Amino acid sequence: MTLPADLCLNEFNPYNGGTPVNTFTVYMQYIINGLTLGSIYALIALGYTMVYGILKFINFAHGDVLMVGAYIGLLTYQALLGDSTSASWMMLAFLIALVVSALLCALLGMFIERVAYKPLRNANRLAPLLSAIGVSFILSNGAAWVFGTQSRRFPYPFANNPISILGVTITPHQILIVIVAVVMMVALTFFVNRTRMGKAMRATSLDQGTSELMGINVNRVISLTFAIGSALAAVGGILASFDFRVYPSMGTMTGLKAFVAAVIGGIGNISGAMLGGVLLGILESVGAPLLHIPNAMKDTIAFAVLIIILLVKPDGILGKNEKEKV
Amino acid sequence: MRILETEHLSRIFGGVVAVNDVNFQVEKGLVNGLIGPNGAGKTTLFNQITGMDKPTKGRIIFNDQDITGLPAWKISRLGIARTFQNIRLYKDLTVVENVMTGLHFTVGRDPFKGRFAQAFKSYFTAGSENKDVYLQAMEWLEFFSLEDSAQELAGSLPYGKQRELEIARALAAKPSLLFLDEPAAGMNPAETEHLMDTVNRIRDLGVTIVLIEHDMKLVMNICDQITVLSFGQKIAQGTPEEIKNDSTVIEAYLGAPDEEEE
Repeated sequence: MTLPADLCLNEFNPYNGGTPVNTFTVYMQYIINGLTLGSIYALIALGYTMVYGILKFINFAHGDVLMVGAYIGLLTYQALLGDSTSASWMMLAFLIALVVSALLCALLGMFIERVAYKPLRNANRLAPLLSAIGVSFILSNGAAWVFGTQSRRFPYPFANNPISILGVTITPHQILIVIVAVVMMVALTFFVNRTRMGKAMRATSLDQGTSELMGINVNRVISLTFAIGSALAAVGGILASFDFRVYPSMGTMTGLKAFVAAVIGGIGNISGAMLGGVLLGILESVGAPLLHIPNAMKDTIAFAVLIIILLVKPDGILGKNEKEKV
Repeated sequence: MRILETEHLSRIFGGVVAVNDVNFQVEKGLVNGLIGPNGAGKTTLFNQITGMDKPTKGRIIFNDQDITGLPAWKISRLGIARTFQNIRLYKDLTVVENVMTGLHFTVGRDPFKGRFAQAFKSYFTAGSENKDVYLQAMEWLEFFSLEDSAQELAGSLPYGKQRELEIARALAAKPSLLFLDEPAAGMNPAETEHLMDTVNRIRDLGVTIVLIEHDMKLVMNICDQITVLSFGQKIAQGTPEEIKNDSTVIEAYLGAPDEEEE
């Protein structure tokens, strides 16, 4: 395939020691990788954004819920699989593990809200934030205590043979990540836009007190928000552990990046979180080679983007500006 | 016939007795006025009844059912609606959307089916349900002659119309009892005139009304029965005529005559 000259700069090649390769292909590869990473960020960002939308509070324990989700997923998968090597059972066991982990994390999320945040709902705004940081430590240290600090590999539930399309390599696990993430996001969008409970959720995010007068059980809406956010985090955690392994502090950086994604998209806005997640994934993946940033410094990109967004458009890409009242 | 009554209702904030042993009765089908000097405990009494706050002592009986201490959303579903002294609309939603939120719990509810069946059904009926709710909301807007502003943001309406919109939204929930907290506050005389007409039309719909108001002309004109609070206690109850000539009420509003003379 011939490409326009300006796309064939051949200026560097990260893969084979400087031999010129097609730059277009290389960047397509980065974008595909970024898309995969981004859909994981998006799933996790949804939890931050939904909770913020309703309680105006950043749930800093969210990242650790995804870690718990990854452990539950891994343990369930291994327990179900046993010694079996049957390909179809592997896939089925993986899907069951995904559901079990999502359900248990939904309960965990509701439990955390009930115990650590609800009693502080009328307290100083700082109080639930500190409580969240406390919960975060309890979860990550608890996991280190129970599971040990050794990182574990999440085995692929299928033979992960890369597929090559036009020189771009795509692995089945990347396809799986994107499919699962898209399915979850479509389901959530439907839930929020089309069901009564989703409607109640949107009303509650606009005005809690008034919604209660409209007959909406605000406490149940809040519980449900935590349940859904935590379930999405669990799925995100499992998908993330293919590339990042499973360890007690895995939620910290992934969670923080997902938070950045939520802010980029406009915190409190559901489609913003999805957009921000995907965008951040691609920026991270493409930005490092484009700006010649060493791989070890890759994480700085997310936070540089955060600073730029906060300076240029503090409400995020899809966040609405507070309009001046005329 | 009584639709609502409170028995020895008290609310104490720290050392302040905001509502003190009040027996408040609301007659069905009438416009009931609640008046009293500032700080008499009128809004506090409203808050107790509508579940915004829990009473320290006493009971609240609505249609022979004890509703003391129930959360606001349950009370709302039982058929008690209210408006606020400081208007509480969804400012970022349009006028018609605000009324639609009031209809939220009047449609698509089937007491004989489970929650999951309902949730599942709502996936498929959301479209027609929304249309239905929209049309009903528009009917309410017509009742308040707000239909021309239906697509405007609620926050951009003039003050008087925001007040009427809040009443429209409250009525959309099909309450049998409606609490209006100073509906005429900040209205100009023309708007107040319009409000009086609106309140009468709401009464004709069969909705019992309780209103807190400082505009005595309005109160004396439209209320069938008036209760007077002062320093948290009920000091009088009766028809406007009786209240006008009640010496305790005059004293509460103007101060004791002998004190004035000194």
